[in-house]
Amino acid sequence: MDAAGILQILIYIVLITALTPLLGGYMAKVFEGRSRFLGWFERPLYRLCGIDAAREQHWSGYALSLLAFNLIGALVLFGLQRLQGMLPLNPAEMAAVPPDLAFNTAVSFMTNTNWQSYGGESTMSYLTQMVGLTVQNFVSAATGVAVAVALIRGFARTSARTVGNFYVDLVRTTLYILLPLSFLAALFLVWQGMPQNFDTYTAATTLEGASQVIAQGPVASQVAIKQIGSNGGGFFNVKSAHPFENPSPLSNLVEMVFILMLAAALTNTFGRMVKDQRQGWAIFAAMGLMFLVGLGVATWAEAQANPALVAAGMDPLMGNMEGKEVRFGIANSAIWATATTAASNGSVNAMHDSFMPLGGLVPMINMLLGEVIFGGVGAGLYGMLIFVIVAVFIAGLMVGRTPEYLGKKIEAREVKLAMLAVLIFPLGVLVLGAASLLGAPASVQDGGPHGLSEVLYAFTSATANNGSAFAGWTGNTLLNNTLQGIAMLLGRFVVIIPVLAIAGAVAAKKTVPPSAGTFPTHGWLFVALLVSVILVVGGLTFFPVLALGPIVEQLMLGAGTLF
Amino acid sequence: MLKELRPALSMVVVLTVLTGIAYPLAVTGVAKAVFPWQAQGSLIEKDGHVIGSELIGQSFSAPAYFWGRPSATSGADPHDPTKTGSVPYNAANSSGSNLGPTSKALVEGGGSAIAALRSAHPDHKGPVPADLVTASASGLDPHISPVAAQYQVNRIAVARHAPVEAVRTLVARHTEGRALGVLGEPRVNVLRLNLALDEALPIK
Repeated sequence: MDAAGILQILIYIVLITALTPLLGGYMAKVFEGRSRFLGWFERPLYRLCGIDAAREQHWSGYALSLLAFNLIGALVLFGLQRLQGMLPLNPAEMAAVPPDLAFNTAVSFMTNTNWQSYGGESTMSYLTQMVGLTVQNFVSAATGVAVAVALIRGFARTSARTVGNFYVDLVRTTLYILLPLSFLAALFLVWQGMPQNFDTYTAATTLEGASQVIAQGPVASQVAIKQIGSNGGGFFNVKSAHPFENPSPLSNLVEMVFILMLAAALTNTFGRMVKDQRQGWAIFAAMGLMFLVGLGVATWAEAQANPALVAAGMDPLMGNMEGKEVRFGIANSAIWATATTAASNGSVNAMHDSFMPLGGLVPMINMLLGEVIFGGVGAGLYGMLIFVIVAVFIAGLMVGRTPEYLGKKIEAREVKLAMLAVLIFPLGVLVLGAASLLGAPASVQDGGPHGLSEVLYAFTSATANNGSAFAGWTGNTLLNNTLQGIAMLLGRFVVIIPVLAIAGAVAAKKTVPPSAGTFPTHGWLFVALLVSVILVVGGLTFFPVLALGPIVEQLMLGAGTLF
Repeated sequence: MLKELRPALSMVVVLTVLTGIAYPLAVTGVAKAVFPWQAQGSLIEKDGHVIGSELIGQSFSAPAYFWGRPSATSGADPHDPTKTGSVPYNAANSSGSNLGPTSKALVEGGGSAIAALRSAHPDHKGPVPADLVTASASGLDPHISPVAAQYQVNRIAVARHAPVEAVRTLVARHTEGRALGVLGEPRVNVLRLNLALDEALPIK
């Protein structure tokens, strides 16, 4: 790793840290209702939809509205894919998407996973991309933010019955945050070279006289929200590795900042809304620490050249360039891979399947720890607060006191709900992954331990609602589309519903003032405890399978064994 | 549950109109007005015909042109459209090789790329630049590293009966540094360089 690489990493970290209080403060204003400059536009929307914006919901009503909205959104997306052959804006004449793939894709975009069993430019019409996928990019992100905000309100309120109004949170996230940011971002990206048109695919005759068909489309408008909303589903098959989806080093920096920007800022929004910004920074610190360790390992691993290729006569200087683009090189590919899996973004600018064994281990661990290292917009914060509950519970056991967080007593009900959300993870990854390995072994591309890594990565990505892939693995089969769809639904809603139940439970509690026996949750001791809890839970659950995949692969690569 | 359906359904419709129709159309309108060339895909025309996009690599195999990186894209077999086969730089079906580091196919492919490059560049005895040996992530990488361009200079000079220095100067002129002096990696756009080559040192 050269000095330029290290400098680029530093620039990235400084940008994310600087944006956190700025955006975090703005979002706190939006969700506390102190910023209402779009009120004139909001009010008619609520009236049109028959929503009383002033009426707040009990957590169960909030959850019901969320489920109804998501269900209908997924059905619309499913229908659009099935009917796209008969609908307009389809210059490349894409046929109807098969039912299992359409199910997988509808679930995938509705759950903010954006796993893609298809290649965008070879499967989806412009209409499906724009009216179907782009819309879910917005609303699945807004759904995640809404849940996080409901949970924050739960901690911020005292003896309250309600946690907010789902539709108001959904609309405000979309109007005040996602839409304006995406509009500006899309124009910046077009300036850098991203297409935005409805043209038929361009037929070019190359300099050597061959014909080349170049896919086009309304790319920038979708890519902007795909990055900002931690969605990650590419317009094209290779997502942000495609030169049209990430044309330059500048577009790459901006897209990388988008990956973590809102998720990081929400820690600050949280701090402000519970009236103690130190609480937000403690969570930011825990996330940041784990992020830096992963980034260090990934950058180091990818700077190594494949020893087998070096032995065949390749120059080792550039590092592991298989599946990477020249304009990004090692540093930018490693930052991106770490960020996109720390956040549940899942877009890629390099092919993770071709990473060195330990380089590919970092994205896997980021996801296996529960997508709480910044995590998805909203999802990262509420996922982290689940671990906070587990951490204060453990701290309480150690000193023999009822655990408290932000003045709320954490009791059996909250801990049980938190554990439910934690335990759904190994079910999705290990049980469904094993079912796929038994039922569809032919989907695995590579031999040896790397083959196991491919399946493990796929089900980790689905359950964690990430969406990136070891893309040599074939997801587009009836069995895998179905299993992946189930994993994505479990990983999304068996977390969201317990989180909302926790929000309702803590909202109803009295806030007790801190006493001499209160364990402070804003210092380094708490940060260390929180990180340890996350590592122990993830480590105990997944170390055996990681040992059989990437860790053994690293040893075999060193020994020169190929498959 | 039924009373949940009306707000849910109307909200899906409203947000679809807003984020799925109004937003992309607004972006398209402004983009086409302000950045028309980029919005259309950065297309390059020569004698009135589109020869490609500045951002999309294309396949070069003639000795008189600089070669890009290996591409793992596939497509319909030109002789039998019912079958798919290797079609490098298929810009309607982006893909990397996705081969893992312990894959025999990866190492064998790399080995044969190295052998082919060595026989085409007998003047080089040392190791081959990594980007000429490995497939890019997209299969459409428009760039090679400056080292990979320099590696090919002698071959081009011979094929074009041109002085080596003239080719070297063209490569230097088409080498882009890091953006703002720090972002990304130094690189050479292969299509732009080959176009400049045809202009400055036409094949005699």
